[in-house]
Amino acid sequence: MSEFLKVEALGKSFAPGAMPVFENVWFDITKGEFVCIIGHSGCGKTTILNVLAGLDRATTGNVFMMKREVKGPSLERGVVFQSHALMPWLSVKKNVLFAVNSRWPDLPRDEAETRALRYIEMVGLKGAEHKKPSELSGGMKQRVGIARAFCIEPKMLLLDEPFGALDALTRGTIQDELLRIVQATHQTVFMITHDVDEAMLLADRILLMSNGPRAQIAEIVQNTMTRERTRNTIHHDPQYYRIRNHLVDFLVNRSKEYQPREAGLQPPTVKPGIESDDKPRPTLVRVA
Amino acid sequence: MVGAQRRSALAAVLSVVFLVLLLLAWHLATLQSASSVASAAVSTAGVDPEYLKLLGKDPGTTKTTGFPTPLQIGEAGWKHITNPFYDNGPNDKGIAIQLGHSLLRVGLGFFIACLVAIPLGFVIGMSPLLSEALNPFIQVLKPISPLAWMPLALYTIKDSSTSGIFVIFICSIWPMLINTAFGVAGVRRDLLNVAATLEVTPLRRAFLVILPTAAPTIVTGMRISMGIAWLVIVAAEMLVGGTGIGYFVWNEWNNLSITNVIFAILVIGVSGMFLDFLFARLQKLVSYVD
Ligand SMILES: Nc1ncnc2c1ncn2[C@@H]1O[C@H](COP(=O)(O)OP(=O)(O)OP(=O)(O)O)[C@@H](O)[C@H]1O
Ligand SMILES: [Mg+2]
Repeated sequence: MSEFLKVEALGKSFAPGAMPVFENVWFDITKGEFVCIIGHSGCGKTTILNVLAGLDRATTGNVFMMKREVKGPSLERGVVFQSHALMPWLSVKKNVLFAVNSRWPDLPRDEAETRALRYIEMVGLKGAEHKKPSELSGGMKQRVGIARAFCIEPKMLLLDEPFGALDALTRGTIQDELLRIVQATHQTVFMITHDVDEAMLLADRILLMSNGPRAQIAEIVQNTMTRERTRNTIHHDPQYYRIRNHLVDFLVNRSKEYQPREAGLQPPTVKPGIESDDKPRPTLVRVA
Repeated sequence: MVGAQRRSALAAVLSVVFLVLLLLAWHLATLQSASSVASAAVSTAGVDPEYLKLLGKDPGTTKTTGFPTPLQIGEAGWKHITNPFYDNGPNDKGIAIQLGHSLLRVGLGFFIACLVAIPLGFVIGMSPLLSEALNPFIQVLKPISPLAWMPLALYTIKDSSTSGIFVIFICSIWPMLINTAFGVAGVRRDLLNVAATLEVTPLRRAFLVILPTAAPTIVTGMRISMGIAWLVIVAAEMLVGGTGIGYFVWNEWNNLSITNVIFAILVIGVSGMFLDFLFARLQKLVSYVD
């Protein structure tokens, strides 16, 4: 299958001449794939996600989605924001309805409402649809954000630490829900997380980002565990500790000492415990 | 909750107590001067009060140099309230007619100011460039006393009533303009990002994202503007005359009827409170918890 999303030599510096936050960032995502990105705080994950969303422009490089360059925000990419970004004056239902009406302006009112309620129910907020965001817990707010992003049926979902503010119990329930929804809808997802276990449960591939400034995707870890994994069975997979140790080792030790690759070299893909291919691949540079 | 409820009940009782004390003090302070003036009037003139009444000069409301008692105010007020709509020519109209004229002027000037200030404030709030460019003008125009415009308004408009409306317009515009611009500029980046990812049209964004964000600040500006407008209309009407509650005060002063002046002052206060109450309600309607 051809690439769904392609990120080429992306780099960003916030002031002209300043040290780039990240540079030489290459990766791609195939359709229906779940990709997580892990890296230390401040390395530039949110900035990358904003560029993918079209909300921010990269200084160098390009993003292509289905062969078209990403030039601005679009309904094709639903975003769940780190700060949930709900309209505080609207109820849960109206927040979701706002997205439905933006996507389908001509949809009859009752159909739009049915649709909004379906997604509110999906994230387990039935009964809270008339509450204002200020009356919700952090986890509930985040779930409204998820419902709002899902209800427009985007071609791709961009999630910025959607479960960052949640307690372990709620986090687990929503992770299961997300996994179920994503598998049922074959969504393509790009998600930022700080949580190694979350990444291992959800992601098909995990992008490891080195520390900034001049951060890069250091390597791409292939999740070699069975796709039927669940939160309760994942520990029994023989690959579980191999992958986990590899990720933790990267975050604790290698992310600091990482030596940037030369421009134009793509990150290696590794399968911890199975094979390791640490040699960078030369890239096929796209001729515009 | 119970504590708050008990406190409001207690506050209400205290308010009544203060009112009674105030009226009592007023009554005692004015009683002496009123009676001495009345007795002096009776003794020097030696005229039967009934006769004075027949002449249309009610001793209760005759112009005396003494400060009226609360009872006299109440009596005069009752007369005005029970017959608010009479019209005996330009210098003698019912209190409701005068108040109506003032409210109409304030309403009209304020409304036109809204039409100008809110869209303009929107544009200024959205554009840092325009905000900087227009700031010096606003800073110079804002501190000018609205009454200073009066001669210019009378000269160009040549109509006292319209000039009054213009003065209300000019004094209402600044708080609304500044607050609207401030509220609009303060719209959260992430909400604009949400609108952008949903490809919301600029018009929908303005009305469904930015306006609700800024609404509490805008209504606060409107409330301040209305407060100023109500202060200014009295002064403006005193200046240009004709109609209105301000003119009524001025006219009664010329008639040396302090009783009517005091009654008019109370009417101005209560009307102002009512106007403020309307905007407080509006404020509650548009406010939200972040
Ligand atoms: N608007 C901006 N202007 C200047 N610098 C910025 C701006 N936004 C982000 N940065 C810088 O870019 C770097 C990356 O920020 P970003 O928000 O992408 O980090 P992050 O990886 O998402 O961190 P976290 O995990 O804490 O959310 C940070 O060092 C930050 O200081
Ligand atoms: Mg971030």
